[in-house]
Amino acid sequence: MTSMVSTTRRSTAAICENIHKLVGTCSSAASPGDGATRRVRIMEVCGTHTMAIARGGLRSLLPETLRLISGPGCPVCVTDQDYIDRAIALARRDDVIVATYGDMVRVPGRGGSLAEARAAGATVEVVYAAERAVDLARCHPQRQVVFLAVGFETTTPATALALRKARDAGVENFSVLTAHKLIIPAMRHLLAAGDVPIDAFLCPGHVSVILGWRAYEPLADGFARPCVVAGFETAQIVLGVEAICRQLADGRAAEENVYPAVTADGNHTAQALLDEVFRPADAAWRGLGVIPASGLVLRDAWGDFDAAGRFELPDADALPDVPELAHCRCGDVISGRCRPRDCGLFARRCTPSDPVGPCMVSSEGACAAAFKYERRS
Amino acid sequence: MTRDGDNVERIQLAHGGGGRMTAELIESVILPALGGGDAATLADAAAVDVRGQAAMTTDTYVVQPLEFPGGDIGTLAVAGTVNDLAVFGAVPRALSLGLVIEEGLETALLRRVLESAGRAAADAGVAVVTGDTKVVPRGAVDKLVVNTTGVGEIHPGAQLGFDAVGEGDKIVVSGALGEHGLAVMACREALGLSAELDSDCGSVAPLALGLIERLGDAVRFMRDPTRGGLAATAVELARGTGRDVALDEAAIPVNPTARAAAEMLGLDLLTVANEGKLVAVVGAEAAEQARAVLTEQPAGAHAAVIGTVRERAEMPVVEMTTLAGGRRIVQMPYGEELPRIC
Repeated sequence: MTSMVSTTRRSTAAICENIHKLVGTCSSAASPGDGATRRVRIMEVCGTHTMAIARGGLRSLLPETLRLISGPGCPVCVTDQDYIDRAIALARRDDVIVATYGDMVRVPGRGGSLAEARAAGATVEVVYAAERAVDLARCHPQRQVVFLAVGFETTTPATALALRKARDAGVENFSVLTAHKLIIPAMRHLLAAGDVPIDAFLCPGHVSVILGWRAYEPLADGFARPCVVAGFETAQIVLGVEAICRQLADGRAAEENVYPAVTADGNHTAQALLDEVFRPADAAWRGLGVIPASGLVLRDAWGDFDAAGRFELPDADALPDVPELAHCRCGDVISGRCRPRDCGLFARRCTPSDPVGPCMVSSEGACAAAFKYERRS
Repeated sequence: MTRDGDNVERIQLAHGGGGRMTAELIESVILPALGGGDAATLADAAAVDVRGQAAMTTDTYVVQPLEFPGGDIGTLAVAGTVNDLAVFGAVPRALSLGLVIEEGLETALLRRVLESAGRAAADAGVAVVTGDTKVVPRGAVDKLVVNTTGVGEIHPGAQLGFDAVGEGDKIVVSGALGEHGLAVMACREALGLSAELDSDCGSVAPLALGLIERLGDAVRFMRDPTRGGLAATAVELARGTGRDVALDEAAIPVNPTARAAAEMLGLDLLTVANEGKLVAVVGAEAAEQARAVLTEQPAGAHAAVIGTVRERAEMPVVEMTTLAGGRRIVQMPYGEELPRIC
């Protein structure tokens, strides 16, 4: 029942001091430039990192020439517009209860948000765990419960377990609308596109618990970019940044891990579970477009639980375009093309209480992080 | 009392009808739970003795589930209103208690939460002097809504308000943050925490009034950081005084289980609700004494000096030095804080 001991602060300060020294000697593959203007650009892939960096005030401790760029690792932020619209259409049906993680509720689609649909009479239940959606289906046998299966390798096993539970208990009124995604194909996509200068990746802790840190080897080798896995404590993040800077200073690029919870090969049980239920498929990402083999869909054996097969879903093209969304730069934010404050809507038209884009809605979103922890007015 | 098919006593619509069943409910459940009284002597209003200026406050309580680790809606309804009086510098003197009950509520559950309310009132040294009971059809409310109104006597030594706050004043908190909000969420969602997490739900009146008794006008401002947590209270302080506020994260007392639950849900502990904590702004010279006074009571055992009021600013902000030694802004939380996905 005490606050963190002061050694945390000292060691973090010491690590930051070393980062300041290292950055001066870093070579940048992505943006060679001359010494004075050169910046080291590190993309923190995961939304939880983005939030922890802002909450810990880490930018104020790091050199000005080192820029941390938010990446495509916030599940809500990368979820395609069409998916939100389909979820809202399902929620509006009298026979359907949509069960979802909280973040999704306020993301605006072209036809409003799930929260607005709920206010107008649609049934939308927030669950904290996928299995709770199965319980919900049991409690409402006369309704169909559709779980919005969103997230990366960290949340996908929970969806798989919920599906197993539904199958084993014979809960036939349960189904999932899947938009699960794989993080590494998106990272590769950004590097291959080449228009965003990224010198290195700070790789997500939780996802890497499942995948193992060796999973980043093809990125580190193929694109000559350091990939360092770190946890979510402040000390972990600065340790990860320090490891990246050390590699850059030495002119190396390797996969590396500073997070004790992560092993080289990851969690085999979880990997097997994912493979049992899902198969890779092309997926649409907000701001990044369709990336080959970057999503997960249900295997045929689980097809009965696919909401996309069970219900007739609306054609997204039939919905009107929303002019405000046209100015929303969430797609640029999650691909590192701009910072939240570079968007014309940020903190003006788009705020957490009245968000335009998903990066402002999600508690993992780069815009929400910048608004909550870094905005002075 | 009436039993239904499953042989469980439940509240029926007729219990709110004002007739014999209402009288039976009041006599057999409500009055005993709230510390006695004779139904035959109940009048339409109650007289309250108050010397000097009176303070009055009201609040309506809804919580799901009605009973949670560390408290229930009864404790909450009494403590919440008592706390609103106390942080205003008023000694609680009398409470009213109004109930809106959903038809079908288990009588035993109603009795338990009312007994909690009775205990909380006795602990705070305040009597429930009047009340009201309504029963509404199934679905019209979610089980139980409780309203309490409190009347208090403003302590002659209390000189509280934003105007009293000056540069250099210190911010003191009576204990760890976020326990109520996270205990309720953990219970609602079966988070499976490694350790018990109890709500801090309880009266801060002895803490608040103790500070006024001992420190007099060195106490400038007090608040109980309920919804919106410490973040909302600090931002209100900055806006109300027109001054920047500096917080030191390393000094803020934290319950490790609450911290773990907050991290699991992606919530900022600073924005999570408390129901038994006091935030006080005191003169710099009195800060250490204020902390010591709070720690004399079990509810204030982990009290700490956590921040400082700074100079006037055109757009005042709350800035926190983080554990890492970085700086970040603390904002007024917006509406409902939504748990994250992963």
